[in-house]
Amino acid sequence: MRIVEKAQLMSAPEIDRTLRRLAHQIVEKSGGTKHLALIGIRRRGVPLAQRIAQAMRGIDGVDVPVGTLDITLYRDDLSKVAPHAVLQSSDITFGVDQMDLVLVDDVLYTGRTIRAAMNGLFDLGRPQRVSLCVLIDRGHREMPIEAQFVGRTVQTSDTEIIEVRLREIDNEERVVLVDRQEP
Amino acid sequence: MTFRFRDLLALEPLSADELTFLLDQSRSFQGIQRNPLKKLATLRGKTVALAFFENSTRTRISFGTAAARLGADTMNLQAESSSLKKGESLLDTVHTLDAMKPDCLVMRHASSGSADFVARHLDIPVINAGDGTHEHPSQGLLDALTIRDRKGSLANLNVTILGDISHSRVARSNIHLLAKFGCRFTLCGPAMWVPRELENIGPPGASIRRVFRIEEALEDADVVLVLRVQTERLHEPALSAADYILLYQLSAERLRLAKPDAIILHPGPMNRGVEITPEVADSPQSCVLEQVTNGIAVRMALLYLLLVGGSEESGQEAHPATEAPQPLSRRATDKKENSSAPADKDPSHASR
Repeated sequence: MRIVEKAQLMSAPEIDRTLRRLAHQIVEKSGGTKHLALIGIRRRGVPLAQRIAQAMRGIDGVDVPVGTLDITLYRDDLSKVAPHAVLQSSDITFGVDQMDLVLVDDVLYTGRTIRAAMNGLFDLGRPQRVSLCVLIDRGHREMPIEAQFVGRTVQTSDTEIIEVRLREIDNEERVVLVDRQEP
Repeated sequence: MTFRFRDLLALEPLSADELTFLLDQSRSFQGIQRNPLKKLATLRGKTVALAFFENSTRTRISFGTAAARLGADTMNLQAESSSLKKGESLLDTVHTLDAMKPDCLVMRHASSGSADFVARHLDIPVINAGDGTHEHPSQGLLDALTIRDRKGSLANLNVTILGDISHSRVARSNIHLLAKFGCRFTLCGPAMWVPRELENIGPPGASIRRVFRIEEALEDADVVLVLRVQTERLHEPALSAADYILLYQLSAERLRLAKPDAIILHPGPMNRGVEITPEVADSPQSCVLEQVTNGIAVRMALLYLLLVGGSEESGQEAHPATEAPQPLSRRATDKKENSSAPADKDPSHASR
């Protein structure tokens, strides 16, 4: 199987602009940042959440707490993908009760990750509201889940993969569409 | 890092990297002990058989709680009610348990090597919860996790072990683990419990010395592991309990000879007033209750790894096929040849 890069969907400046727009939208929709907190889903949701929080500091001058959530234990496909599920620590140092939480992830696809993330969150308490922010929505949902804040919607086929590469993790900064081609 | 073992029978064959991986995975489960909702569904539908052919309370409860918090069910076999009392062989008993289709067997037995023996006859993962005087790997891991939490690192610590070391599987598992991180060991107790052979049980080059005066053994210690003294082994004329207390009890006064930030471990259950004074057991330097809490995290990590598996890169929903799904059947015993073909059906037990 070959992995072929088909197109670049976002450049580094576009990612930056998009995250700042998402930060504005989240602040606007939340009507204040008093109970607001961002939860980055490991791995690439974590730097995205931190950058959105950074952008919010510029808007409201308010520090929005950022937590990280590892959903490995909540996956519904552990027995299938498994030997690849090394656990990372979740790190949410604030109480989630009554909070207005925004889950942040890089790509929204089937919705199963978000289903797992919500299960994880509710083991920690009872948030007042949970919404979802993603950099890319690529369709193909298998769960009744939608994102309230979307960086870009992209039409994709089943064999295509969207790779969000972030400098914190991948040492480069862009979003690309790649395709798997059977030899 | 891949966990290449199908069972956990001993810490001796594990490398420092593999041990670090197990401790890191355990740390991920520490947080769950503080959640308001502690029960996960990760192992829902799985069954863990707990076969304790030797009496145990805390280890059995700890494994049972770990299984429950992961959502697994347990089957319990206890020494008292065991058919072993009616003359059934060990192998017949575990085959009977296995026929009830558990997904994993946790076992304790008074014979060294028994877990290894059973694992060779079963296809499911086996976790050794203590075999004779050989090893107690989950205890070694939880001790190391506790030490790492308090000291920040396992590197180059002075570890003093007090008590009946010759009969102690806890001491052996601790030595096999900690020696790989450069810890130096001082073994101290009555000569009959600290035979010369113990100097050679660690990996090659391990620093293990025997000392028969507790005052000397405690000097410069970073970690003091106090072993439970089997009171039935304390008797005239060999050694009376009064003599043991006089010569080897860890008291606050003696503890002052160790480093000021030395920590105390005890695998429990403690004989307060025999091997340790209540004052020391309850001091801020004592980690006894942290050990118990960490035990559940370690055992959750072991059950998770052996029943679900684990290697780098938690799967990402957005890219479901960048890593081809692996056949779960026989774990990643050989990661390199385990790309996407349905290889790895070899039932050989890597840890043997």
